[in-house]
Amino acid sequence: MATARVAEPSGSLGEAKEWGLDREDLLGIYRNMITTRGVEERGHILYRQGKIPGSFYTGRGNEAASVAVATAMQSEDVGTPLHRDMGVHITRGVEPWRIFANYMGRVDGPTRGRDGNVHMADARLGLIAMVSHLPAMLPVAVGCALAFRIREEKRVAVAWFGEGASARGDTHEGMNFAGIRQLPVVFVCDNNQWAYSTPTHLEYAVEHLAERAQSYGFEGVVVDGTDVLAVYREAKRAIEKARDGGGPTLIECLTLRMEGHAVHDDAFYVPKELFERWAEHDPIERYRRWLHEHAELTDEEEDEIKVGVKKHLNEALQKAEASPLPDPATLLDGVYATPEDLDTPHHK
Amino acid sequence: MPEKTYLQAISDGLRQEMRRDKRVFVIGEDVGVYGGAFKVTLGFQEEFGPWRVLDAPLSETAILGGATGAAIMGMRPVAEMQFADFISCGWDHLVTVAAKQRWRAGTPIPITVRLPSGGGFSGGPFHSQNPESSFAHIPGLKCVCPATPADAKGLLVSAIEDPNPVLFFEHKHLYRRIKGEVPDERYTTPIGEARLHREGDDLTVITWGAMVYTAAEAASKLDDVSVEIVDLRSVMPWDKEAVLTSVRKTSKVLVLHEDTRTGGFGAEIAATIAEEAFEDLDAPVKRIAAPDTPVPFSPALEAAFIPQVDDVVAGLRELAAY
Repeated sequence: MATARVAEPSGSLGEAKEWGLDREDLLGIYRNMITTRGVEERGHILYRQGKIPGSFYTGRGNEAASVAVATAMQSEDVGTPLHRDMGVHITRGVEPWRIFANYMGRVDGPTRGRDGNVHMADARLGLIAMVSHLPAMLPVAVGCALAFRIREEKRVAVAWFGEGASARGDTHEGMNFAGIRQLPVVFVCDNNQWAYSTPTHLEYAVEHLAERAQSYGFEGVVVDGTDVLAVYREAKRAIEKARDGGGPTLIECLTLRMEGHAVHDDAFYVPKELFERWAEHDPIERYRRWLHEHAELTDEEEDEIKVGVKKHLNEALQKAEASPLPDPATLLDGVYATPEDLDTPHHK
Repeated sequence: MPEKTYLQAISDGLRQEMRRDKRVFVIGEDVGVYGGAFKVTLGFQEEFGPWRVLDAPLSETAILGGATGAAIMGMRPVAEMQFADFISCGWDHLVTVAAKQRWRAGTPIPITVRLPSGGGFSGGPFHSQNPESSFAHIPGLKCVCPATPADAKGLLVSAIEDPNPVLFFEHKHLYRRIKGEVPDERYTTPIGEARLHREGDDLTVITWGAMVYTAAEAASKLDDVSVEIVDLRSVMPWDKEAVLTSVRKTSKVLVLHEDTRTGGFGAEIAATIAEEAFEDLDAPVKRIAAPDTPVPFSPALEAAFIPQVDDVVAGLRELAAY
């Protein structure tokens, strides 16, 4: 007994236009997807070169879902992306060199070396930095939506979480409260099928996590997370519904985590055939073919985008490597906020 | 100046802030229609409406996480835990997210968490605790524990104004028992500044919350010894200078708190005195605190748990005789 809607795959150029995407937007999405992957591939190289302390995490396979949802947000909307959602940072405009600087613990990373990998966000771009305890940021996003509702602002918060995090109480408390108050929040589940080494059948007992939405009093939808335009359509629909007072939506994006939990994990427990099957659905390759077929993407245009991204990322790497390590004398700074710290876009 | 109960002072302070600042809102269990388990927010929903006085489901994480999100968006949430004990359900959020966000991500979290705490009325293990020491240990959180009605109002206003997560421990046993003069106008009491509750020359008692009154009663029973009582008011940050000044004056110190002894905040105070005022001491620092057990229910057991006036009298006499 399925209670979640299963979204249609993406359609024609005409349909994309209906959802507000012109050709330039469509190429922008492609650029953001390859930038996302490019950042993480270069992160891998930095890690192997010994330049990244600690461990290293990527969202390979989740580029479509993360870029699509962020593309569907307005600039005044806010979100709490997680470690598989690099595409959100890229789409919202975080400069890659600052991401590399964060990877390497340099002073120009958004956390100034205080937290690693993707535990970062640029508040000026409406993003809130994640913590390791997933999904601790889900109730925080609900709180952002609560502020919008109290002030009667037409803004939306987007809360990302994984299927692993769906098992924790924070998810229940956040969704239940959002449902009760019909808050303008969209829950995006990156269902990449593995919580570290734990498969979905040991994480939850329903067919689709999106089915849970009904029990919280809102709509759930399942979408192929490798289909960037289908995710965009569902995110756009949900975000605008929330903005118009229609309450939350839970969007479950189905993907496969194409690498281990982190760089130290070779994912031996994931069946090889599963990787092979999902590799055929690579979101970037899938979208590239769609652009050629439906949006008349030429080989020249494709090359130009790829070369541009490569150049941009190479320059970003150089700039990040020139960023100094933080001064140990600053360790104690900012444990407590000062009134001047409230001089941010959100505390006008 | 009008005389008010401790509870009325908190309620008035909160109402005053909500009237002057539209960013301030209240969220908690039964805070709306019912006016809060202790009636601190009685009548608030009628005045401010259901979106500024929000009845929340039994979801401490959603209450605190929601307050954090709203604070990041520019609001000034005042979250109520129905009892301080229930903050254990929201511990993860406070410690993992709220306390660290400014330091690691540059995002201040200006939230106030009201925590009706303390025992003395057979509340048992889950309605009587004083968990301030646990939170004072977490960098990024502030903890205030007012003892008087005037400080309760002034510290609440300071907590709401503060750009950090501030845990406001309001002692339930003081709610209706303690009255004092409270100015009608708005004022702040600085967080981290102690108050001299009683001046004296021979012994110093360092304490906070309801124990201020236990110490005062004990001091009044000693005719031959002059006791100084320092009401810390905030345990994080705490007024080290006021403590050391009093220690240097009297040279004998009793640290008194209602929380359990081992790892209690009194241990930090005693260690600091040992480090920074050892030469000024004429006796070892003495601690009186609850024993290391859960808070008991039966009155006979609870009286053995919470430090009593007689315990403090005995402790002071022992110190005086050293």
